Amino acid sequence: MANSTGKSFLGRFGVHIAVLVFVTIWTIPTLGILVSSLRDKDQIIASGWWNAFSSSSQTEAGRLPPASAQIEKDGKFVIEGNIFEEGQERNISAFGLRSAAPTEYEAGAVADLGDGVSLQLDEDGSFVMSSPVAFEGERGQRVYYESSAPPRFTTENYETVLFSEGIGRSFMNSLTVTVPATVIPIMIAAFAAYALAWMRFPGRALIIAVIIGLLVVPLQMALIPLLQLYNGVALFFGVPSKTYLGIWLAHTGFGLPFAIYLLRSYMAGLPRELMESARIDGASDFEIFIKIVLPLSFPVLASFAIFQFLWVWNDLLVAIVFLGSGSDQLVLTGKLNALLGSRGGDWEILTTSAFITIIVPLIVFFSLQRYFVRGLLAGSVKGG
Amino acid sequence: MAAQILSAIITIIVGVGGAVAYFWGANRLLDIIFPSRGVAGAAAIDNLRRQGLIRPWLFIGPALIILTVYLIYPVVQTLWLSFHGRNGEDFVGFANYSWAFGDREFRNSIFNNLLWLAVVPAACTFLGLVIAVLTDKIWWGTIAKSLIFLPLAISFVGASVIWKFIYEYKGDGQTQIGLLNAIVQYLGGSPQVWISLPFWNNFFLMVILIWIQTGFAMVILSAALRGIPEETIEAAVIDGANPFQIFWKIMIPQIWGTIAVVWTTITILVLKVFDIVLTMTNGQWNSQVLANLMFDWMFRGGGDFGRGATIAIIIMLAVLPIMIWNIRQANRESGGH
Repeated sequence: MANSTGKSFLGRFGVHIAVLVFVTIWTIPTLGILVSSLRDKDQIIASGWWNAFSSSSQTEAGRLPPASAQIEKDGKFVIEGNIFEEGQERNISAFGLRSAAPTEYEAGAVADLGDGVSLQLDEDGSFVMSSPVAFEGERGQRVYYESSAPPRFTTENYETVLFSEGIGRSFMNSLTVTVPATVIPIMIAAFAAYALAWMRFPGRALIIAVIIGLLVVPLQMALIPLLQLYNGVALFFGVPSKTYLGIWLAHTGFGLPFAIYLLRSYMAGLPRELMESARIDGASDFEIFIKIVLPLSFPVLASFAIFQFLWVWNDLLVAIVFLGSGSDQLVLTGKLNALLGSRGGDWEILTTSAFITIIVPLIVFFSLQRYFVRGLLAGSVKGG
Repeated sequence: MAAQILSAIITIIVGVGGAVAYFWGANRLLDIIFPSRGVAGAAAIDNLRRQGLIRPWLFIGPALIILTVYLIYPVVQTLWLSFHGRNGEDFVGFANYSWAFGDREFRNSIFNNLLWLAVVPAACTFLGLVIAVLTDKIWWGTIAKSLIFLPLAISFVGASVIWKFIYEYKGDGQTQIGLLNAIVQYLGGSPQVWISLPFWNNFFLMVILIWIQTGFAMVILSAALRGIPEETIEAAVIDGANPFQIFWKIMIPQIWGTIAVVWTTITILVLKVFDIVLTMTNGQWNSQVLANLMFDWMFRGGGDFGRGATIAIIIMLAVLPIMIWNIRQANRESGGH
């Protein structure tokens, strides 16, 4: 189509560049949290994630051990050790003794502290401080050093987030909400869609019009009355008002107009001869629906299932209104929202949690993209 | 947690089993009460007719009940509540509405919503169209489309975290770990706290929705572009039209209906935008929108259902023209069939 636009080499080259720019802009944000979630948590704040593959350098302050750690060696008093903890792969490039000049000495050089006291700090963090007289005092010598760490990638963040931040539990809660809320509406909608597409009864046109109208009703309209209703029912029967059953039914209700609309327009497009010949053979509507229409509608059922799954999984509003905020009911989106408040600057927690919440939709999306796109087209192009 | 998983599995089985039992049982019952087989001819015809009257309602009944409880009743009840006080008991007339239009926060929300409505649908449709046209011309267009489409699968909350990380601010002179501030600093500017800049922060929030929804516009418009008959374009080429003329005068008019659909779909979404504002700013720094304000009033100070309902009605009023247009469009298509 329209080959003319890309006729010249320059024009075609321009198209490639333009698309590349768009793709880059659209993928970089997600890439950012993926890369960050795999980085060491100290490195996340030390350098931008786009520098994740080069070593990050930072200037820090540390304190050497106090006088009690000294040993006497060759008539001198010596404190030895390593300022890094075991297993830290860092290299010191320079160090200093005053905060005003944290990089006064090269790594490996000997700094003079006066009164014959000297300090040598090597690249690997090991230090030797020696003095002709015994060290005194409870507090060790303060040192400043510039160190660089090689890029370090780890799954520690995932372990932290899944097992101690409660994301693992929320993941299960999300599944608990999503699967029934996806399965329940399909069947109810399929029967209704068949009736609206292939059965004749008074009021059919009105029901179709109402369903098309309900397609665009903002969720906000339903929240307060349903909250009152749930509270009333809970009070009457003496049960909690925030239950999984409540949210399953709520999602079923909110998903039904689209489900019926999508399924009906697909079923109405099935060949009429198929139904008529089955009816002549003596099949009832129930049999026609189960044996002919339902199997033929598989693609559109799959489309709706993906939509409903993504919508319920990604929903925040319905979840925070109809479910409690305890750990036994908090879903992933709600948990992520809570973490944004409580762990605002802890990007290793936030990026990792965010990636866990989006990984399921991304898998569903990539493996079933065909059905997703088909549903999208059927849902919006035809009727709007 | 095991109990929770078990109860979910049981619910699926009970729910699906119950639905199967209802549909199968109700139909069976109908066949037994009004048998059409094994009875005399006239009676069989009579019973078939009765079956035909009842069966559609068996099929559609559960859906109608759920739609009534979860959507139709709430719409009526919300309207009723909007004329009542905070507990929904005493009638207050239009007091909630006059409160709303006198409230600074509400007016700020209306202004911001209008801003969102002016920018987001237009930006998504325009970018979607441009990307659809460009990706149609290259061999790796499908991959490119998939990647641009991908954010559509991400939740608004997830997207908010992703973009909050991009807008992250560290003090001037420190290492910026937010991409936007790093770029600004690299170009010699000074870093900003983007989401708290009044007025402009709206646009930083809109970017998130545009990032998500452009893929939607792209897919729909791309399908529409493919549906344009080749001949119309070939004829234009023969007549010596340049690419821009072909685009604006041949292609655009033919997909005008689809553009309208994309535009209205995103418009409705924008009116309901809630998650992004809640998670990014919670309406601070003059970035409030109606949907978040409504949620706020539902729970603020124990909840004011009258005011919350009023804000919901205002959102509904904005959607109403699109709703009417949709119904009329659908009626015209079915042609009274």
